[in-house]
Amino acid sequence: MSKALLYDSTLCIGCKMCEKGCAEHNGLPYDDSIAAESKQSEHKFTVVLTENDHFMRKLCMNCDEPACASACPVGAFHKTALGPVVYDVWKCIGCRYCMVACAFGVPKYEWGALNPRVRKCIMCPDLVQRGEQTACAAICPTGATKFGERDALIQEAQDRINQNPSNYYPHIYGKEEVGGTSVLLLSAVPFEQFGYPSPEKLGTRPLPQYTGAVMNRIPDFVPLWAVILGGIYWLANRKNEVAEAEAMEKHGGVA
Amino acid sequence: MKIMNVNIKVTFWRVLFVIIMILGLYSAYIRYFKGLGAVSNLSDQFPWGVWIGFDILCGVMLAAGGFCISAAVYLFNIERLHCIVRPTILTAFLGYSLFIVGLLVDLGRPWYMWHLIIYWNPHSALFEVGWCVMLYTTVLLFEFLPNVLERFQLTWALKIVKAMMPVLIVLGVLLSTLHQSSLGSLFLIMPSKLHPFWYTPALPFFFFGSAIAVGLAMTIFESTQSAKAFGRHLEFSVIVELGGALLVALWVNALLRFLDYYHRDMLAKILQPSYEAYFLWLELLLAFVIPITMLSFKKIRLSPNGLYLASLSTILGFVANRLNIATTGLEGWVGHHYVPKWSELMITVSIIATGFFLFAIAVKYLPIFEHGPVAAEPVLEPKTIRGEMPKPSHAAT
Repeated sequence: MSKALLYDSTLCIGCKMCEKGCAEHNGLPYDDSIAAESKQSEHKFTVVLTENDHFMRKLCMNCDEPACASACPVGAFHKTALGPVVYDVWKCIGCRYCMVACAFGVPKYEWGALNPRVRKCIMCPDLVQRGEQTACAAICPTGATKFGERDALIQEAQDRINQNPSNYYPHIYGKEEVGGTSVLLLSAVPFEQFGYPSPEKLGTRPLPQYTGAVMNRIPDFVPLWAVILGGIYWLANRKNEVAEAEAMEKHGGVA
Repeated sequence: MKIMNVNIKVTFWRVLFVIIMILGLYSAYIRYFKGLGAVSNLSDQFPWGVWIGFDILCGVMLAAGGFCISAAVYLFNIERLHCIVRPTILTAFLGYSLFIVGLLVDLGRPWYMWHLIIYWNPHSALFEVGWCVMLYTTVLLFEFLPNVLERFQLTWALKIVKAMMPVLIVLGVLLSTLHQSSLGSLFLIMPSKLHPFWYTPALPFFFFGSAIAVGLAMTIFESTQSAKAFGRHLEFSVIVELGGALLVALWVNALLRFLDYYHRDMLAKILQPSYEAYFLWLELLLAFVIPITMLSFKKIRLSPNGLYLASLSTILGFVANRLNIATTGLEGWVGHHYVPKWSELMITVSIIATGFFLFAIAVKYLPIFEHGPVAAEPVLEPKTIRGEMPKPSHAAT
């Protein structure tokens, strides 16, 4: 039942309507100068990049097993069943571990604010909950950003590559990267050209598992180590007991 | 100089301290009234900088002497080290308390720090670090408390705290094992971001291993330093003992690092010159090559200055290691360099200065060193022979 976004850069005309729709829905400022900014920031959750004749969108990948949610010490992020990875600003203590943990460098910070928030695309959870499409998909004039069921979109992306192999770089970015994401990308050129980490570098293993391999052992480790340390302490002090007993033996205290 | 009828002697260090504190407070003002962006060079590309890299990652490592020495004395019954338990516990207690002060600056929303207690995410390595640090600071407070209770002769309270000691000691070592290693686990989640010179699944082991080496080195450094600063007699046999332990700890750390590079096929790569390699070489030189070479000579192992310099090199080497992990190792992924802003550094420097200041105050007014307040201590006397060490007067602290 998980929803997803499929962005097909070969259908994109670089009109940046998705940027505008995103800003409007999230109550962010948007004007010509912001439209000209070519990076994601606290006031720009998605950006359309242009290089030669190619376009590429950047937005939060809304990972199936998000590093941000796993890293956050207070659980301010979580993956919803429908797909969006949402943020609870009330819980946030501002440690910024989410920003460090994210392999795509998505979460941004309000560096100038006195009570700063982490800012990122949260895949319009209010709209998705109501059964509507995300603001960027709804406003896209060419269908380059399409909202739908994740499984169906993967099938469609594969069909598009199969039908027009010469148009596409043969990879659905986000299908398996870091365990799969709710944003899927198609491109004519390798994704690294637009600053996406290469699929080889990312791997398909969900990032939380790297930490989990250690963290999962802690519940066993704590009682075991506590008993060992307690035992050593007891033995260390028992040595004195034994010495006392020896002394008593020598003086004939114990028959 | 006379202020409010109190004679204050003006010395170079006191003037420096006041200047540092003024600049630090001004930086704190910028932090709380203009925001993190104004006070630091932190950015969306470098959300963690010198505050996390030094104050937190290194601070916790530098305060590791507390658990190393209490484990040696109470778990492994090395009685000779008893006389340095109190100063190392004091250092650890101050270190962890100041680490929390550092967090109040670094966290974007420090007023919600208590959320750590009510909103749980056990999957997070930082959750574990946070909890362990909270609990361990409490343990350290209790381990430190006898100093205060003795000073004010609150015998009944002292009895209660001493009765708790076995639990406190075991808990202290347990919590330290957990959070010292978990600081390394923090970086496990970024296999594609952290440079392969530093990213390894063995990070938690390295962080624990380096905490022990630096815990020992810091204890040598601090014993020598306070002997100089407070005109105290130096527990020479004790630091010789620690010097040997440091040599073994360094060999174990070095071997672990070598095995990790060997199994990950990195040995050839770390020898090729590159931006990261230069920083790695610096780290390896200071942390391993220099101190291991020095400590391999008996003459140096038996010289106060030799031990002091070998410890200093170890400390600098492992500080470089952690700064490399927190900043240098991520620069390649980000694509540009991070250099802290002056005000960012002043916060860190003023926190360290506060630590030195509080240490001096505590030593002056509390029975930290063996024979009570230092005023009555004899001057530096490095030639105490092992068997002649005075027996500790207090039974369990």
